[in-house]
Amino acid sequence: MLRLLTIEFYKLKHSRSSKVLSIAYFVILSFIALIASIEFNIGDIQVRIADQGIFNFPFIWHFNTWIAATLKFFLAIVIVSMISNEYSNRTLKQNLIDGLSKKEFILSKFYTVVAFSLLSTLFILIMTLILGYSFSDYTEFSIVTREMEFLFAYFLKLVGFFSFCLFLGVLVKRSAFALGFLFVWWIFENITYGILRWKISENLADAVVQFFPLESMKNLINLPFQRLSFIETAANQLQADIAIDYAVHWYEVAIVSVWVFIFIYGSYALLKKRDL
Amino acid sequence: MYVNSKNTLLETILTLNNLTKHYGRVKAVNDLSFTIEKGNVYGILGPNGSGKSTTLGMVLNVVNATSGDFKWFDGSDTTHNALKKVGAIIERPNFYPYMTAAQNLKLVCTIKGIDPSKIEEKLETVHLLDRKDSKFSTFSLGMKQRLAIASALLNDPEILILDEPTNGLDPQGIHQIREIIKKIASGGTTILLASHLLDEVEKVCSHVVIIRKGVKLYAGPVDELNASHGFFELRCEKHQELLQALEAHPDFASLKDENGLVTAFLKNPLSAEALNSYLFEKGIILSHLVMRKESLEEQFLQLTAKLN
Repeated sequence: MLRLLTIEFYKLKHSRSSKVLSIAYFVILSFIALIASIEFNIGDIQVRIADQGIFNFPFIWHFNTWIAATLKFFLAIVIVSMISNEYSNRTLKQNLIDGLSKKEFILSKFYTVVAFSLLSTLFILIMTLILGYSFSDYTEFSIVTREMEFLFAYFLKLVGFFSFCLFLGVLVKRSAFALGFLFVWWIFENITYGILRWKISENLADAVVQFFPLESMKNLINLPFQRLSFIETAANQLQADIAIDYAVHWYEVAIVSVWVFIFIYGSYALLKKRDL
Repeated sequence: MYVNSKNTLLETILTLNNLTKHYGRVKAVNDLSFTIEKGNVYGILGPNGSGKSTTLGMVLNVVNATSGDFKWFDGSDTTHNALKKVGAIIERPNFYPYMTAAQNLKLVCTIKGIDPSKIEEKLETVHLLDRKDSKFSTFSLGMKQRLAIASALLNDPEILILDEPTNGLDPQGIHQIREIIKKIASGGTTILLASHLLDEVEKVCSHVVIIRKGVKLYAGPVDELNASHGFFELRCEKHQELLQALEAHPDFASLKDENGLVTAFLKNPLSAEALNSYLFEKGIILSHLVMRKESLEEQFLQLTAKLN
């Protein structure tokens, strides 16, 4: 496993575009901290985001992982191009001739996906602890460690998304088309949801679409803004019911895990079947 | 490795059994069987599109066989592990364009699981040592091809497989590659060379496998390719008498007369001395006498023509 990771990181290390994109990704991730400095005015009231409870433990786990997950597209480009470059440079063929098996090839890419996700999760862990201890109203250990399952959800969400990218890279062989396909697929999921909801019912639409890859990854970490104290207060005053189930459920984890398996095994099956 | 009649050890490197590949309705390779033994230099001959590259692709794990099988060495290891002991370049050189020559070779070492200490030595073999820190994308085709050979040699392979190594090169490049191949062959490395250039194969190979349209026509030593005994090229003053004398001789199969140069094809072995003294006794004194074997090209054309 270490050998395969070494091989893949060696390839990435010498590729300038991959290096620039990866570094850009982590730099932008750290910009989440800048949210703390956002201030704006609503009428006469000055609002400072950091004071609105977004950096409070345990909510900060939910908030940071959700924000960070939106930036995953940077790494998606790296993942897709690391597959498609092997095709366009025909180095995939040379790797196989040199004695790498097709299984090892896919595994080396998958380990890289896991390594990137792990690195990103670790980054978020450290950043959240720093931000939390600086701004949170509560810093008791029992509260800090509550809801840390969002960190696991974040990790799985990244692995799932990157596995999807990896699969598309193998399937389409060209990075631009693979990313285009990803976008088309996203539209497809949304249209399916819209049609089901319109023609049948919202319950059925939710029930069906939760099994789709992108939607299942999205469900791992739901939109966190309804949990913000000022919105909750406002909702209570308006007597609106915005109770949303934001927890990480086992079945959401299960659905994404199954997709990861399907994408990785599918990539292997595709590669095995192909003549290069 | 298997023991042949209990005293000779024949080390088999590659065995093909009825290997077949169909692309849709096209039969690229059809029921191909042959073995490669250690120490010989093999040429795979065949016109363009005869299935040479497909065959090599199958044994190198990049093309899936439709039916039949092959085994590397004694067949006890998986194909991809066996390939770590093989050096191969097929079609055109494939490397990472953004890495330098040395970086690319280091990656190959990691994949093959070998020590990177030989990189400089192998770059020296192909005269690329002074360009080791240049990016692959800056190389000319000839340099790329030489880097590919260096890469294939990194593990001191049991067998070196070369598919059209001089394709697309200029005469200098072709010459350089040939010199390198000859040097490697003289070191005792088993080589499998696929080419449609016959003089290339003739210059280095001891054995040939001839394929046409995916079917094997011949596999064996170059010398036994054709049962012919060669031919004489003769010229003399007494042209008519020469022709009569040759027609009367029992060892000749046919004669060809072109601008006073007589070409006489043998059907039985006959030495140049014997012919010279036979003609001298008949009072014919030659001004030109050359005994030749058919070139591989002539033999190849004869062999492939038979099937048309």
